[in-house]
Amino acid sequence: MDYLLIQTLNGVQLGLLMFLLAAGLTLTFGIMDLVNLAHGSLYMMGAYLAWTFIGWTDSFVLGVLLSLPATFLLGVVVEAVVMRRLYARDHLDQVLATFGLILFFNELVRAVWGPAGKSIAVPAFLGHTVEILPGVPYPAYRFALIVAGGVVAILLAWLVTRTRMGMVIRAGASNRRMIAALGVNIELLFSLVFGLGAVFAGLAGVMAAPIASVKIGMGDDILILAFVIIVIGGIGSIKGAFVAAMMVGQIDIFGRTYLPDLLKTFLSPAAASGAAPALSQMMVYIVMAGVLVWRPTGLFGQRS
Amino acid sequence: MKGILFGTATIAALAFGLQPVAAQQSIKIGFVSTFSGSQAAIGEDMRRSVDLAVEHLGGKIAGKKIEIVYEDDQFKPDVGKARSEKLVQQDKVNFVAGYIWSNVLLASLKTVTDEGDTILISANAGPSQIAGELCNKNFFSTSWQNDQTPMAMGEYLNTKGVKSLYVVGPNYAAGKDMLAGVKRTYKGTIAGEDYTKWPDQLDFSAELTKIAAAKPGGIFIFYPGAHGVQFVKQWVQAGLNKTVPLYQVFSIDAITLPQQGELALGTLGAQEWVNDLPNEQNKKYVADFKKKYKVYPSYYGAQSYDAIMLIASAAEALKGDLSDKAKVRAEMKKANFKSLRGDFKFGNNNFPIENFYIQETVKDAEGMMTVKTIATAVKAGQDPYHDKCAMK
Repeated sequence: MDYLLIQTLNGVQLGLLMFLLAAGLTLTFGIMDLVNLAHGSLYMMGAYLAWTFIGWTDSFVLGVLLSLPATFLLGVVVEAVVMRRLYARDHLDQVLATFGLILFFNELVRAVWGPAGKSIAVPAFLGHTVEILPGVPYPAYRFALIVAGGVVAILLAWLVTRTRMGMVIRAGASNRRMIAALGVNIELLFSLVFGLGAVFAGLAGVMAAPIASVKIGMGDDILILAFVIIVIGGIGSIKGAFVAAMMVGQIDIFGRTYLPDLLKTFLSPAAASGAAPALSQMMVYIVMAGVLVWRPTGLFGQRS
Repeated sequence: MKGILFGTATIAALAFGLQPVAAQQSIKIGFVSTFSGSQAAIGEDMRRSVDLAVEHLGGKIAGKKIEIVYEDDQFKPDVGKARSEKLVQQDKVNFVAGYIWSNVLLASLKTVTDEGDTILISANAGPSQIAGELCNKNFFSTSWQNDQTPMAMGEYLNTKGVKSLYVVGPNYAAGKDMLAGVKRTYKGTIAGEDYTKWPDQLDFSAELTKIAAAKPGGIFIFYPGAHGVQFVKQWVQAGLNKTVPLYQVFSIDAITLPQQGELALGTLGAQEWVNDLPNEQNKKYVADFKKKYKVYPSYYGAQSYDAIMLIASAAEALKGDLSDKAKVRAEMKKANFKSLRGDFKFGNNNFPIENFYIQETVKDAEGMMTVKTIATAVKAGQDPYHDKCAMK
């Protein structure tokens, strides 16, 4: 039972991290109709900037707080310099240009921070384990991730559903031309949305940093999963991204936990240990295919 | 139009044809490694050691200038193969060396050794296939076969009396070899075995939770480079460092220690080369490396240095005339060079027969994290696949 609880928490923690990354991606894709492969680079930049700020301030919390406006600024600049030229182009051009951005950011990081990865230590007050139930220890940092990720998710839900800006964002996701016709400053909205997406990506990068390491290309691996999430959830839907991220988190963790043992019940141990990792790797994509057959626009997608 | 094209082609063919191979003025070595992305730090360490080897040779072998062409495999088998092909077909290098990753090496092998008929020296990767049925007269290794290092660890765990072991590694060619290796010699119980997605899985929470539930006497891991950093950090964060000791191969080294820091203190690993091996050439290499780059070299670097020295020994013996491949191979096979690990000779499959040591993670006098030798686990060990190789 404890074991199940901990694995579920592991899944929630992974899901929340993925949600932060996917939230920005689904907003830019849904509202701005922009395929941004460089979203993972913002994730990486968030982590590197936080590393620098933590070095300056000697405080994990201050470093993380400073990195948020910095990634927002970076997002706004990238939007103004590069993305703005791409809105009218088709998706292939956007893919090419943003792929170029990935290479640019990877080389930039190499030039500024060097080829070796950086390490962000878990802050001392979170370096131990906490007992989530009597006698059930859980890494304090991961627990803090769940709390922080949950708070951010609630804030984002409030922003999107309860504020005027959120209303405009939702309107933009369902009908972009209409809100332009209604006199909403589209340029400003796009800047804000892209900056907001950058902050969330950067925050995900910072939060993942003490677990993972800060390294060149760290966002590239995780980006594919983020795309899977927004496709499952429905492009442009924050709610969809949240539900899909939670699903993906649990599928990933439980695939890794139970598939090997499950397969061993009817396969030889050698065949099972060979097939299990491959199968658990495919699980997420199988689910995505299933969802797309059932609902071609994703779970909460609006466009047909 | 056709005529012009034909004419151009003829001139080009003539121009290339006229290049006299025998009068080549330099010795060209292609070096394939990972110089970009998350594992670039390993490639950088290898490049530094190759540069140092060239420096120690005075930039020349048998009076001919040494020319190194570095190529980046981007940590991808298909890119590695394409880069290897370019080195052999376009640059017409005399040797191809390098290769961190078993899957990259397996993809590139035939392109270099068979289609290109060029000698390849692996400075790291040692997949079981190439030691056994795929063994090749044009292939040499200055590292090890994948199974060997974990086999040494297994032997040591037996003498240490570790009762049960949970083994974890990435799901690719080398990961499978490494876990097979430790299981081959380790006599205790295997409490569990997990393969993780490679290279994109960086979060090991599910595996660590399983380990905590299994309560083994030790964890054995193989996670090179960036992945090793992650695993060690998460092992500590889960509080498992207080209950389950970590035994590793290729996961805690000069590349990863700057990031793992004190979290890795006291962990044990197996390796065929350690920076404190007491032979003269090794002392010089480590001292010069530290002087030049301010960090410790790793075994990746040491093996790369050895690869260049091996090439130099063969080319020197032939006075720089590399036109007869059979003679070059014969000279290579003699391994008439001073390896940084001390005694060095090749088995029938051109993999080294060598010692393996147990190393402990410590802090040096200046407070820098490093590893030091504490025991010899295996003496003159040979890989378990050599009898499957047709070469005698």
